[in-house]
Amino acid sequence: MLPLDTKAKLTNWGHAPLLKVADLAEMAVGRFPFERMALDLRSIGQKSAATAELVGLPWAGFIANQDAQLPSGRPGVVLDDRAGIVRPGDVIELQPLRSRVLVRYRRGDASNVLFATEQCNSYCMMCSQPPHDVDDAWRIEQMCELVKLIDADTPSLAISGGEPTLLGAGLNRVIGHCADRLPATPLHVLTNGRRFSAHGYAATFEAAHPALSWGVPLYGDHFCLHDYVVQSSGAFAETIKGLYALHQAGQRIEIRVVLVKPTVERLQELVRYLYRNLPFVEHVALMGIEPTGFAKAHYDDIWIDPADMADALEAAVEFLAARSMAVSLFNLPLCALSRSLWPFARQSISNWKRDYLPPCEGCLVRERCAGFFSWTTDAWTSRAIRTITHHEEGVSCEKH
Amino acid sequence: MKFRGREAFTGSRPYRLLPLRFRRLPWDPSRAFVSSMSGDWLLMEHATLERVIDRVLAADDPVLTDMEARHLIARDIDRSTLAPLLSQYKARKAYLSQGPALHIIVVSLRCHHTCSYCQVSRKPTGASSFDMSEEVANTVVERLFEWPSHTLTVELQGGEPLLHFERVHGLLSRIIERNQREHREIRFVIASTLHDLTDEQVQVLKTYNVQLSTSLDGPEALHNANRPRPERDSHARTLAGIERARATLGPGSVSALTTITRRSLEDPLAIIHEYRRRDFHSISLRPLSPYGFARKTVARTGYSIDEFLAFYRKALEIILSVNHDGYELEEGYASLLLSQLHTPFSHGYVDLRSPTGAGLGAVVYDYDGQVYPSDEARMLAAMGDTSFALGRVEESPRTWLSSPAMRRILDAGVAEALPGCSDCAYVPLCGADPIDHYARQGDPVGHRPTSDFCRKQMGMFDLLLERWELGSDADRRVLEQWALKAPRSTPSDDVSEAG
Repeated sequence: MLPLDTKAKLTNWGHAPLLKVADLAEMAVGRFPFERMALDLRSIGQKSAATAELVGLPWAGFIANQDAQLPSGRPGVVLDDRAGIVRPGDVIELQPLRSRVLVRYRRGDASNVLFATEQCNSYCMMCSQPPHDVDDAWRIEQMCELVKLIDADTPSLAISGGEPTLLGAGLNRVIGHCADRLPATPLHVLTNGRRFSAHGYAATFEAAHPALSWGVPLYGDHFCLHDYVVQSSGAFAETIKGLYALHQAGQRIEIRVVLVKPTVERLQELVRYLYRNLPFVEHVALMGIEPTGFAKAHYDDIWIDPADMADALEAAVEFLAARSMAVSLFNLPLCALSRSLWPFARQSISNWKRDYLPPCEGCLVRERCAGFFSWTTDAWTSRAIRTITHHEEGVSCEKH
Repeated sequence: MKFRGREAFTGSRPYRLLPLRFRRLPWDPSRAFVSSMSGDWLLMEHATLERVIDRVLAADDPVLTDMEARHLIARDIDRSTLAPLLSQYKARKAYLSQGPALHIIVVSLRCHHTCSYCQVSRKPTGASSFDMSEEVANTVVERLFEWPSHTLTVELQGGEPLLHFERVHGLLSRIIERNQREHREIRFVIASTLHDLTDEQVQVLKTYNVQLSTSLDGPEALHNANRPRPERDSHARTLAGIERARATLGPGSVSALTTITRRSLEDPLAIIHEYRRRDFHSISLRPLSPYGFARKTVARTGYSIDEFLAFYRKALEIILSVNHDGYELEEGYASLLLSQLHTPFSHGYVDLRSPTGAGLGAVVYDYDGQVYPSDEARMLAAMGDTSFALGRVEESPRTWLSSPAMRRILDAGVAEALPGCSDCAYVPLCGADPIDHYARQGDPVGHRPTSDFCRKQMGMFDLLLERWELGSDADRRVLEQWALKAPRSTPSDDVSEAG
């Protein structure tokens, strides 16, 4: 786990914008203006290389280990960062009042997210990011600024929240920005899809971006179950209508099913429903619960040990795979899955919140295992967790 | 905001029935097959179904959940949506979206066989007056591209089309040349005995990526008895043709049909083993049609539908065991019906559609320039009944579609609106065949209780559903594989904001 923020001493900053952390290589490429870059003095090996000429360029500021290294009178960030939280290529946000630096984009990471809003129109029992009813429309501008500073070869980017479609046309703006600046980067928007049931909204995303897809959760094959899980009457009907509208608008769709207990109880019916009614979806993700936020308050209602859903998972995955519907398992450790499901398991937990447990020491498949959310406690840990050793037949010849 | 329990989300209005149909299971009359408007379905206790219909079930009864998920009922219509039902309906009928995709061109009526069950009223090999002329062929190509379908299957048949290979070659090259401008997706099929297939012909077929469809009725004695030539070598010649074609066009280039005669009924095992021996992975067990020479010889070659179904039941067991044995072999008609039961998709088969595929899915251009909505209509005409002739190739498709013949077909062409079909639980998965009913019963609407077509369809659906339900996991896997591999019609665009 590598956190996304760290303490910092910030000096001489008036306005505190988003900054690209630059080393000399970045400067040589010249993609970003000096005014948007902070020169990372830590990346310059010999002190002598930080010549007066280099420092004299119009950098927005400088990053160093100690005060003494900063050019006097210029904006500076002093980090105590042995873990390497802030590195060249990253985009950081400065928070002078809290004396912190936030990493808004991490170079080379496959799970970078544009955080769209804290608001949401659903209230899911297992929400890991509980919504807040605040006006945070300022995030639209910040996301657009952030997109300008992201590497062009970024492998993927997500937009999440909250519910991004609550931004209305603001979401179109952000996606349009991504299309302009990062056309080669696949963009995945996580949405409950409800707003697409409104006439015409889905169509506004036609041809919006060359590699855009939408991840939409569905928790039941009928409205009672889905509406209960998302704690919103009418949500199922809106999401279903939204999915058809998205498909009609030529959009690519992933269905995301968080494996809460009431949903697992009808998992086979749910995948049948997907095949019969939404056969155009590109991918189905069956996902373990992230045990934080609202989830903690509903342990008894939502927790089911992955060991106890083995049969349901196997049947569901087999059903979808046999029907050429791509399916993956997210957030589930390999030792809790039957071997036949391993080829479907993904390392889905972002590295800033991924950890491993003591039995994972010496486990033969740790390197390809999803691991655990850092906030996983004993109560949220499957009784099936164990060390997989080379003595077990077949492990070494698994191919993916 | 406070979290609420499940009971807060069950809706407040009583459930409503959506259009549904049911049929008691012949192998277990206490249960029923219940189908929705779009062909989604559920097996359930008949007594429970009665209670659902009588509205005596509590709103939270679990069976209502299953029924709602399959669009048989709607619980609280304000909280639910009919969009999936409409989407399924549209997907099921996707074959309607582009107009006729199957275009059958009769290149010649000449044939060297003298089959007693011949449906097409063939002519002797020397009778070149039954060949399609170049002028007619050129006009057919013009008409072909007047249809809107982006994908076109062009099937050349006879008689024996290879007896008039010059015309076959001419049609293939002219269609491809014309397609330089049209950019359609075109697939060629030739229906042939393959008897006199030469290497030069195979090279031509390779150039145009032609698929071959032939007849193989079983082992030598049965095949030769069914398909006589004076030389008594029909089986050997067909096998030689198959080998010749496969050597150049690839192992999957030839498909074969088995016409089932009275003689065939005795030995399904021998027929199926012949297919396995000849490396076929698909077999099509086809009952006799009431056309052509077949009608005149019905006493000698014919049998009842019940006899056919008994044969088919035995054959299906044999085919399943061949699969369990590790050799993949599917039965074509079972695959089609299973695809309707086990997938939400449309299919590419023209004889099982509603509205009918006659004229809406297929068009037949006869050797003499007459145009028909189906092969059966052409066969009727050959027997002297031109009730279903659409017109001539010199006229436009618009004229054909507005002909009295087409109107008569359409009047009896929607299964959901036919007496006997409209209440049938299988109708969303079945089709209307007005020309077949006319041929057998003298009326395009027909009389379902005495209809062989209906008896065969019901019998096949019952059998396949029973076999699937009572089968082992391995049986089910095989049957579902057939269903999933069956060819689909063009994917639908589905509904948006409806419901």
